[in-house]
Amino acid sequence: MIFGLSIVFVLTSILTVAGALAAALLKNLVHCALSLTVTFAGLALLYLQLDAQFAGFSQILVYIGAVAILVVFAILLTRGAGVPEYRNFSSSWLAGLAIAAGVFALLAWAVIKSLPASAASSAAPQVSVQQIGLALMSNYVLPLEIVAVLLTVALIGAVIVAMPESQKSKTESAQGGGK
Amino acid sequence: MSQSSQLWTNLDQIFVLLQHWVESFFPVWLQPAIGTVLGVIAIVAAFPGIFALTTVLERKGLGRMQNRLGPNRVGPLGILQPVADGIKSLTKEDIVPLTADGAVHFLAPVVLVIAVFLGFAVLPVGRNMVLANLDAGLLFFFAIGASTELSIFMAGWSSRNKYSLLGAMRAVAQMISYEVPLLLSSVVVVMITGSLSTVKIVEAQSGFTGIFPHWYVFTPWGFAGFVLFVIAALAETNRSPFDLPEGESELVAGYFTEYSGFKFALFFLGEYLAMLSIAGFAITLFLGGWGAPLSGLSILPSWAWFFAKLFCAIALFIWLRGTLPRLRQDQLMNFAWKFMLPMSLLNLLVAGAWRFFGEGWVRWGVCSAVLLLAYVLLGRVLMRHQHLGARSYRYAD
Repeated sequence: MIFGLSIVFVLTSILTVAGALAAALLKNLVHCALSLTVTFAGLALLYLQLDAQFAGFSQILVYIGAVAILVVFAILLTRGAGVPEYRNFSSSWLAGLAIAAGVFALLAWAVIKSLPASAASSAAPQVSVQQIGLALMSNYVLPLEIVAVLLTVALIGAVIVAMPESQKSKTESAQGGGK
Repeated sequence: MSQSSQLWTNLDQIFVLLQHWVESFFPVWLQPAIGTVLGVIAIVAAFPGIFALTTVLERKGLGRMQNRLGPNRVGPLGILQPVADGIKSLTKEDIVPLTADGAVHFLAPVVLVIAVFLGFAVLPVGRNMVLANLDAGLLFFFAIGASTELSIFMAGWSSRNKYSLLGAMRAVAQMISYEVPLLLSSVVVVMITGSLSTVKIVEAQSGFTGIFPHWYVFTPWGFAGFVLFVIAALAETNRSPFDLPEGESELVAGYFTEYSGFKFALFFLGEYLAMLSIAGFAITLFLGGWGAPLSGLSILPSWAWFFAKLFCAIALFIWLRGTLPRLRQDQLMNFAWKFMLPMSLLNLLVAGAWRFFGEGWVRWGVCSAVLLLAYVLLGRVLMRHQHLGARSYRYAD
């Protein structure tokens, strides 16, 4: 116990914060992306310490398995990921700092406001994956369906964007024939 | 009679009893930790052992299929070949390219092996023999499996070699494409069982009707799910016929071209362990886990059945590698998105229908008919523009 925090928590939070700092400060873009992955993993570990298995594993599956891969692919496909050709600090760093501080203050205020009055009485609720599934299928079925439709639209949109150009212009000319 | 049944129970639980026996030497507060450490040691010892056996089986099996002998000099029948290979890779020089990104180049094989080993934690290899009986065990396995993609990208990118990078891009694109059918084809099992826990999934398949077991593979949706899962698993582990990321005729060795010595061996180990763990999950999800295939055979210990099934799966993988030619990149992607994805989505609906039809022969007929019809129609539609006939080679005519 250090300052009332468990050693595991201290270690994971150091890992998470170090990963985030490295992501912001390193020069090579791919290194930044990989450090960001360390932060994602640290967040997943924090969720697991709170007995939130579903959230923790989903964090790994979605953020490390998909988002991190997407980020490195985007870096590789857009510009040479080798040489950094810009300064580490952009010219608007002061405004960025102010916005970051503002967001942090807002979040901290929200967290502190939502803390229960007596910290000792808040026992961790036992939530099984089955309960989450039942809640998603009963109370929260409408948001779930909306998200499902949104993702399906995104999938179809991606296919349309990736269609061969000649085929697209053919259908456009076919549609535009009546005008 | 009771004495002999007691003996069988003990044999079935021999590793669990051994664990408790070792634990009893330690103070009570230390016992859970010691138990976990023992479980980890067992996994870290057993599966690389199977990996060593697999390499020699694969080389000999492929040799036989290609009408040659395979390794037969080291030890009786060449069985000690993996030992020689291990010593060789340990003593080889570790070459890192001058322009390589040192830290990432070093971390890639380490991350891969750690992630693959983590997957074994939720694999039930026998009755009461699972390291962590997690409520969301299956989700854990897929989450860990997804993070191996990043280590492959790290290896390919940090080598600063065009073949490595191309191999890594191919591997990651392929793994992402086939992860969708892999997940969807295992969701049917979760739907029917009503749990993500691997232990509960095995327990749900443990009954017998007459002498036949209640394995999910013996239902229409289970059979379709099993076939889809195995195909996606082959692609996910970069095994032939989906071995484009390491196609040696095009890319030297793909993403680990620039690795030598023990780091190369680690990649090799990681790849085979990934194959073993995904085969273990195919067994857990569809083939009844550690359950016996016929009711009379339950007297054999549960772990023996699991490992027997695992070796059958390995034999299937070796057989496929010996017989199937490699796919082309566009065929690979078309197959994933135009065949695997629609079939696995349809299989979800069929599993739902199976659940709500109730007992009886009607659901067998309807579910089988729907899947068979979809399979035939999808095949017809996809093959519409293909003109398959006798091939002629321009320069030989």
